[in-house]
Amino acid sequence: MTDDVDHSRRRLLTAATAGTGAIGAVFAAAPFLASWKPSARAKALGVPVEVDATALEPGQMMKVIWRGQPVFVVRRAKSVLDQLGSHDALLADPKSEDSEQPEYIKAQGAARARNPQIWVGLAVCTHLGCSPLNAFEANNSAQLAGVDLGPNWPGGFYCPCHGSKYDISGRVFKSMPAPTNLPVPSYAFVGETMRVIIGVDDAKHA
Amino acid sequence: MAVAPESASSRQGGGLIHWIDQRFPLLSLWKDHMAEYYAPKNFNFWYYFGSLALLMLVNQLVTGIFLTMSYKPSAAEAFGSIEYIMRDVEWGWLIRYLHSTGASAFFIVVYLHMFRSLMYGSHRKPRELLWIFGCLIFLVLMAESFMGYVLPWGNMSFWGAQVIVSLFGSLPVIGHGLVEWIRGDYVIADATLNRFFALHVAALPLALVFLVIAHIMALHEVGSNNPDGIEIKEHKGPDGHPLDGVPFHPYYTVKDIVGVAGFLVLFCGVIFFAPALGGVFLEDANFEPANALQTPPHIAPVWYFTPFYAMLRAIPSFGGTQVWGVIVMGAAIVVLFFLPWLDRSPVKSIRYRGPIFKLALALFAVSFIVLGLCGLRPPSGIFPLLARIGTGVYFAFFLLMPWYSRWDTVKPVPERVT
Amino acid sequence: MFKRLTLMAALLLPCGAVLAEEGGMELMHAGTDINNMQSLQRGARNFMNYCSGCHSLQYLRYNRMGDDLKIPIAQLQADLMFTSEKPFDMVNSAMPADAEQWFGKRPPDLSLAARAKGVDYLYSFLHGFYADKTRPWGVNNLYLSNASMPHVLQRLQGLQKPVFKHEAGEGGEPKMVLTGVEMMSRGSMSPEEYDHFVRDIVNFLDYAAEPVKATRQSMGVFVILFLLVFFAFAYLLKKEYWKDVH
Repeated sequence: MTDDVDHSRRRLLTAATAGTGAIGAVFAAAPFLASWKPSARAKALGVPVEVDATALEPGQMMKVIWRGQPVFVVRRAKSVLDQLGSHDALLADPKSEDSEQPEYIKAQGAARARNPQIWVGLAVCTHLGCSPLNAFEANNSAQLAGVDLGPNWPGGFYCPCHGSKYDISGRVFKSMPAPTNLPVPSYAFVGETMRVIIGVDDAKHA
Repeated sequence: MAVAPESASSRQGGGLIHWIDQRFPLLSLWKDHMAEYYAPKNFNFWYYFGSLALLMLVNQLVTGIFLTMSYKPSAAEAFGSIEYIMRDVEWGWLIRYLHSTGASAFFIVVYLHMFRSLMYGSHRKPRELLWIFGCLIFLVLMAESFMGYVLPWGNMSFWGAQVIVSLFGSLPVIGHGLVEWIRGDYVIADATLNRFFALHVAALPLALVFLVIAHIMALHEVGSNNPDGIEIKEHKGPDGHPLDGVPFHPYYTVKDIVGVAGFLVLFCGVIFFAPALGGVFLEDANFEPANALQTPPHIAPVWYFTPFYAMLRAIPSFGGTQVWGVIVMGAAIVVLFFLPWLDRSPVKSIRYRGPIFKLALALFAVSFIVLGLCGLRPPSGIFPLLARIGTGVYFAFFLLMPWYSRWDTVKPVPERVT
Repeated sequence: MFKRLTLMAALLLPCGAVLAEEGGMELMHAGTDINNMQSLQRGARNFMNYCSGCHSLQYLRYNRMGDDLKIPIAQLQADLMFTSEKPFDMVNSAMPADAEQWFGKRPPDLSLAARAKGVDYLYSFLHGFYADKTRPWGVNNLYLSNASMPHVLQRLQGLQKPVFKHEAGEGGEPKMVLTGVEMMSRGSMSPEEYDHFVRDIVNFLDYAAEPVKATRQSMGVFVILFLLVFFAFAYLLKKEYWKDVH
């Protein structure tokens, strides 16, 4: 309207107000975004779970829920363990280089377990998240009704949704829909027992 | 240069803005409602409350959406889910307090906004429809806040709903069936909570948003009134713009930001230091879960309903029915819609009205506050009498207006705003 | 106009305040301080030792309490967690399901007691027990007549006896009006010690009713200061633009 406007003052004050307002908007938005994080209840329900695998016979397994996801706890027979290293050529990621597990599991190689007799892993197919079925018996192509696992089936897991096959350490076979091995969560044994705590690296911190 | 100044300005922003503007009336919307919407230059303190009401609407929508993410609309879980929000959800307490304090703040700014209209005659011709849209917003807001108050499922929520819904029961013939239909059960129950939730989070907010858009469109069609109550459109400069007007942007945007900042200081003061405001914004009894066996000792609606609640209680039942109180309470709101035609004064603004109107408006304001206080108190002692006097003054203000507004002396109205 | 209305409103307020307290005993002043960490820690210990047997805090998690009151988890588990064993759990009572048969009603959850009843009420209530042979537990309460709760803190406070005033009731027959209590037999604590003891419990219950309260208040100071800076800039900006108009 008038020409004697102090433009630099006007610009400065506009920048100061807009800047303060923007900072305020960020601070105001943050609580709303943070409210989507797992709540105290979700964290409470996500605490480590303890499983006692003592009663499992070789070839038996149990499923437990940890953070809402199913987790396999499998007792493996010695005969199965002896065969573990023999089919690496058929696997997509035999050394678990691209798969998800704690370092101490990866270091165990084909066994993928802290104690080779007990295998612990998420029962969540890495393809689209279905829960695989167990087909632990080697060379038994008929153990799943209506599914032919092939004559040389070494024993392992089979995902019913899109047919992904995993060996008994949760390692995926080549040319399957699933890209990587079944993830292994952090877990630890209580002392020398067969009691497993899922969700911790060290049983003392449970 | 060969480019005409007009076309240069219509292409301002270039690039993306230009691309959008060819497909959507972005620039013309901006011009019509912001940059070239001319508002009177003499707005005072009272003109902050419109933009603040809009701010509160946005606050309620945003915080409300986030609350629904953790709230459970069932009688078994509702109360616990509020405490879950208050304790287990990160920052849930802040979102909840923003919403609960926002409800009260919304009513404060809306009441002040309406009072501004009474003072400066903003409801008068040609703004009758603007006023009616505003009254509808007020009505929907009351329904919205009432249903929202039921959702925490505290004992006051429960009994407040019980009392308010029972009001419909006093209607002749249909009353009993109507109450059962509203509740969907024989008492306020899970079904009631669930349907109130649906209305509170979807139907009524949608209605509110549409009404607010209509309110603003009507405002921008007729132009804003001002404290002098004169039409700035009657004196235009050679450029066709009102001489006493200034473009809404930047002048009123920067001014409203000041209002928003000042308001937020008070608003956040309540949220961070007194979110229950001594039991006025969040009532003590509502920290106990709904209990169908035990009515709270002092049952009163939230403060913003208490003036109307006091009128309800002020009217005794006679002729074997208590419907009269309900009728009076309803009439107190309905009468607002007729205000533009009740006011017969030759001038709009209180600045040029005579002593009768000033006295009437002052008495009205006092009666409203007194009614509000009466509604918060148990109906004993002096309060029933005060409530009856207040009710009388409230209705006299409106119903006698056609006469006293005409008889009142007026001062000469200036040609231009002062 | 505006000034006149505010003046009228101001004149009306006291008449509301005077009539605020109607009936019932006048409450004692709790004098709690949500920022007094030692008091909150003592209150938590007192609550767990004397109250949690019957009363739960169903919306308060042990680990939240440990974090807020700066009590290490190990100490929490050793000293305070009598009723459950996981740090993430809510503070449940040790009360069996048939508690209703013992007291006539289930001892209420106290998560929100301080917000529903107010700290002054809780403080007064814990001071208000007096001997009354007609009640099942031998005590009644000045602030909640016919309370169904026994005087759990009697060993600490001692036992009070009621003080009556004789008045002429309606129709002339004499009537006894309860006006207060006085100490009948001292407990293990002096009255001052007992005041502190109860104040700590009530302070803890105030915390339990809204664990974020202290954080909220300290955060509020920064929010308000920030908004005042924003207000100052906005005000100067408005002044600058409105030079065009004025």
